Amino acid sequence: MIDRQYIGHTMPPFEVLVEKGRLRFFAKATGQTDPFYTDEAAARASGHPGLPVPPTFLFCLEMESPDPAAIRNLLGMDYRKLLHGEQGFTFHRMAYAGDVLRFEQRIEDIYNKKGGALEFVVRKTRVSNQRGEHVADLRAVTVLRHG
Amino acid sequence: MTLPSFDALQVGDTIPALELPPVSRLTLALYCGASGDHNPIHVDSDFAALAGLPDVIAHGMLSMGWLARLLTNWVPQTAIRDYSVRFAAMTQVHEKITCTGQVTEKFEVDGERRVRLTLTTVNAEGQVKLSGEAVLALT
Repeated sequence: MIDRQYIGHTMPPFEVLVEKGRLRFFAKATGQTDPFYTDEAAARASGHPGLPVPPTFLFCLEMESPDPAAIRNLLGMDYRKLLHGEQGFTFHRMAYAGDVLRFEQRIEDIYNKKGGALEFVVRKTRVSNQRGEHVADLRAVTVLRHG
Repeated sequence: MTLPSFDALQVGDTIPALELPPVSRLTLALYCGASGDHNPIHVDSDFAALAGLPDVIAHGMLSMGWLARLLTNWVPQTAIRDYSVRFAAMTQVHEKITCTGQVTEKFEVDGERRVRLTLTTVNAEGQVKLSGEAVLALT
């Protein structure tokens, strides 16, 4: 059983640079053909300062943490028994190529279902930019299957 | 891109669906690199077999990325206030996925007119893989 004392635990914040090439690669991988996401001129023509970070790419940037396994190791979770159960985003403002985004992760909740056969870890991540502006809040639910 | 009309939209309306080509190994390899999710279960069929699966499975977040495309095909990204999904079933390689959205609520918050959509990805047999919702601002 995961130690419930970690409810409310915050992880060391980290910063990630949004790279233009990664955004274009992500557009290709997700089949995104709208030039708004790959062509800076098109993005500027729509009134944006550069290539935008698409909605779910914030999750990928969160995985650029210096130690992506930090929470897993802290809570003693075996990665072979983990499932991504839910993912959510609340957006406050756009992020763009060249931004340096700051990620602050907090373990929001830990609970179990089915008599403890399944344990759930809720992680909330606040994302802000290099000007301290609030970009988004991410919510991830990880499921740990026992047995 | 112009916003859909809040007044003209009605609860129950559907937005234009997004049909994806069958999930290929190349797509999964590209998403592995582009997303930074290097879990071998998505690209290495030997690893998938050892894990007891018939073949590699698609990244859940790839499907969530497709559903985001469904949204941004319909409204500018700046209109998205909230977007969440539950990963209900695994998406297998070769499956043909369709993304759909339907208006379930019209409401106003802080003087902003918003709609709530329910979202799903389904395979050709209609099995739901992801279910979610989004809140979009239309003013």
